[in-house]
Amino acid sequence: MVQRITPLLWLLFSAGGTVAALLFPAHVFLSGLAFPLGWLPAPSYESLHRLLSHPLTRLYLFVLIALPLFHWAHRFRYTLYDGLQLKHLTALIAVLCYGVAILGAGMTAYLLWTIA
Amino acid sequence: MSAPHYTLYHPRWYRRRVSVWWWLQNRSYTGFVLRELTSVFVAFFAVIQLWQLRALAQGPEAYERFLFRLGTPLFLALDTVVFLFVVFHAITWFNLTPKAMVVRVRGKRVPDGVIVSVNYAAWLVLSGAVALVLLRG
Repeated sequence: MVQRITPLLWLLFSAGGTVAALLFPAHVFLSGLAFPLGWLPAPSYESLHRLLSHPLTRLYLFVLIALPLFHWAHRFRYTLYDGLQLKHLTALIAVLCYGVAILGAGMTAYLLWTIA
Repeated sequence: MSAPHYTLYHPRWYRRRVSVWWWLQNRSYTGFVLRELTSVFVAFFAVIQLWQLRALAQGPEAYERFLFRLGTPLFLALDTVVFLFVVFHAITWFNLTPKAMVVRVRGKRVPDGVIVSVNYAAWLVLSGAVALVLLRG
């Protein structure tokens, strides 16, 4: 099954890699360092909810979270095969990696759908 | 009774065992494995964003707790490492783009340098846009 959908998985890997490359450095710098260290003021709860009320923000957040998870699943799968020489566990590793990505994407969609 | 792993009179092929640390012996191998490992940090930050989204769904107190957690030394240290790896991912990703994607305009191949520059320009503009939206609050 995994062999048959490989082109789709590669597309998700590639799209997620591009999203992570273009957007993650800014987000990590702001949310992970600049806001907690007080270099810049963190956005308030109300202002983030105002942003979330816009459907485009929700679509953006889904793309920002879900695609990079699939990027990870694909790349980490091959890292495990080659780096740790686990070729004999191919099926198990594939199920675990893509399973985690699907779970994360599902949780993101659910939260974005139900958030008030 | 289980079947034996060998056939009688059929010598096993000689294969050198390769250490799990094969990639530390050569700089370009180390770079390759570090590049592949950036995906772990990408996933880590995606999960943090998911966590933030959950906090925002739960209410103002949950969001305060989330902000407090990110300010603890553990998360500050983790996020510093995540930032370095994510930037390494971005640079290696942009530099690889022309090798993965050949763009043609009116039958002529767009030079690699142009594609890479467009990537870096998009990176700059999008980073500025993210900062603008989050800081305007």
